Amino acid sequence: MADKSSSNAYWKANIRMIQLFLVIWFVASFGLGILLRPMLSGIGVGGTDLGFWFAQQGSILVFLVLIFVYAWRMNKLDIEHGVEE
Amino acid sequence: MDQFTLNLIVVGATFALYFGIAIWARAGSTAEFYAAGRGVHPVLNGMATGADWMSAASFISMAGIIAAGGYDTSAYLMGWTGGYVLLAMLLAPYLRKFGKFTVPEFIGDRFYSPTARLVAVVCLITASVTYVIGQMTGVGVAFSRFLEVKASTGLYIGATVVFFYAVLGGMKGITYTQVAQYVVLILAYTIPAVFISLQLTGNPVPPLGLFSEHTASGMPLLAKLDAVVTDLGFSRYTGHTDTTLNMFLFTMSLMIGTAGLPHVIVRFFTVPKVADARSSAGWALVFIALLYLVAPAVGAMARLNLISNIYPNGTAEAPIAYESRPDWMKNWETTGLLKFEDKNGDGLIQYYNDKSTDEKFATAGWAGSELTVNNDIMVLANPEIARLPGWVVALVAAGGLAAALSTAAGLLLAISSAISHDLIKGQLNPNISEKGELLAARISMAVAIAVATYLGLNPPGFAAQTVALAFGLAAASIFPALMMGIFSKRINNKGAVAGMVTGLLVTVVYIFLHKGWFFLPDTNSFSDTDPLLLSIKSTSFGAVGALINFAVAYVVSNATEEPPLEVQELVESIRVPRGAGVATGH
Repeated sequence: MADKSSSNAYWKANIRMIQLFLVIWFVASFGLGILLRPMLSGIGVGGTDLGFWFAQQGSILVFLVLIFVYAWRMNKLDIEHGVEE
Repeated sequence: MDQFTLNLIVVGATFALYFGIAIWARAGSTAEFYAAGRGVHPVLNGMATGADWMSAASFISMAGIIAAGGYDTSAYLMGWTGGYVLLAMLLAPYLRKFGKFTVPEFIGDRFYSPTARLVAVVCLITASVTYVIGQMTGVGVAFSRFLEVKASTGLYIGATVVFFYAVLGGMKGITYTQVAQYVVLILAYTIPAVFISLQLTGNPVPPLGLFSEHTASGMPLLAKLDAVVTDLGFSRYTGHTDTTLNMFLFTMSLMIGTAGLPHVIVRFFTVPKVADARSSAGWALVFIALLYLVAPAVGAMARLNLISNIYPNGTAEAPIAYESRPDWMKNWETTGLLKFEDKNGDGLIQYYNDKSTDEKFATAGWAGSELTVNNDIMVLANPEIARLPGWVVALVAAGGLAAALSTAAGLLLAISSAISHDLIKGQLNPNISEKGELLAARISMAVAIAVATYLGLNPPGFAAQTVALAFGLAAASIFPALMMGIFSKRINNKGAVAGMVTGLLVTVVYIFLHKGWFFLPDTNSFSDTDPLLLSIKSTSFGAVGALINFAVAYVVSNATEEPPLEVQELVESIRVPRGAGVATGH
């Protein structure tokens, strides 16, 4: 078992990463897909606009990348802090 | 060979496959029954989670709702995928580290309270039973068409089939069966979509076809669709007609509901390591995204095909005569899910938005829309509408059933383990033998199937809408408790119980006020077209319920004592991967 200060640093680093990834998660779906759509209506994508694309396709692709990047970064973080299995 | 025989052969062959696997992998011990040992590879686990996840709501119902609602229904697409990001980052790895079998078990231990565990069991059963009702609706629709029986008969057949393999198989059987079901359902969903995308746009990849040129008109597909639907008095397909508030809350409810549904969470208890729990969520989303990227294309293309079936010479010309209607309409008329009523007596099928204020319809002598098409038939009818070969039609039937049955089985497992493991073994009779526990699990499955079948006869909405209600309930009750249990050491037993109880109650009451008490027809005081609060529909209220849950838990916890030291240490330990052993019963 890792000592307490090291696992505190590990948890803080994890929280920072989660915060950053949640911002991207929010912007790609609620932001570009819903709230910002009217502002982006000038950008055309295949017969409609960018907001429509994000709501029906783009957000899902962003989610996929987010999970795998998070898993990869956390595996590295586990090893750096000596808490991997 | 006629279509009916072909359907029977293809559906029969897939069922034989599932049962064969279930018998081969039959569970022997309680550990295998609940959590499949530990030998499930993340990629296989991802596929099984995909099958577990994609139910009648995703397969049968969602594209039909998108076809009818266009951009406004994007909430289903974002909500039912975005929840996996929350699962991977906020819940799955920590619950795997905790290393027990069920969600109520975690809540009971973390909040050091049998009451908390009991409340979690109630939340879990409420959300899961609502979810199973939606599946039963889908099973009824699928069987009524493909076995050419009444919807109620289809429901009984489906319930019997679910009972046999869920009861015999347990988790291990279900895991491998669900891998097979995933393969069947994804092929069944994408093959017709590829054909239709080729027919309409010349592009064999449906998600690209959606944003390509419509070959027949030379316009972009979505622009063409906007043009024909507005011509018929409907709102623009790509337009935003729902309120931003409701769309936002609906998307949020579906996302956090995804991360709060026990039958999905329990999947992450079955991977070998904490690191695998993170990547398993990613693999699950890969397999789910394959369907979710195709679904909006299926919806848009089905809408366009439906309209060009009725108006073969364009929406400016006369529609087809009822006498010369295509075969697929005749087939679906027998189920009662598609209806024609010749309101102006001219023998033609006038299909349009009769609530439109445009006077051209009245001037042309149209007396109201004469065709009603149930949204839930769109995906199943799609290959027939596009005149695809008979084996494709049969494959879609098999896929729809795979989707509905796999999810129903996973949910029933979550319900039965909550009752036998958390309620009976955890509280009522801790000395129950392993055999007795297994028997109790099987009996509670049978009871849950009976209840869901009974309620499935009168569902509160289309399959996907009923399922959306289940997500709202999970969002308002289970997700906040789990998240606070991991990310806060300050939330105590009183706070968690108060939060779950208020979150669940407020949401249940809001849903019943709009959908009828216990979903009984005509007992509602409001409707989703004119909801109680602002523009918040009952399907979107889960996000509000979750907020209330968080707030109540925070306030109550801070007004009462800190959790004991050993509980704070438990929270510390689930935050780091090292030291995760094999899951244990106790």
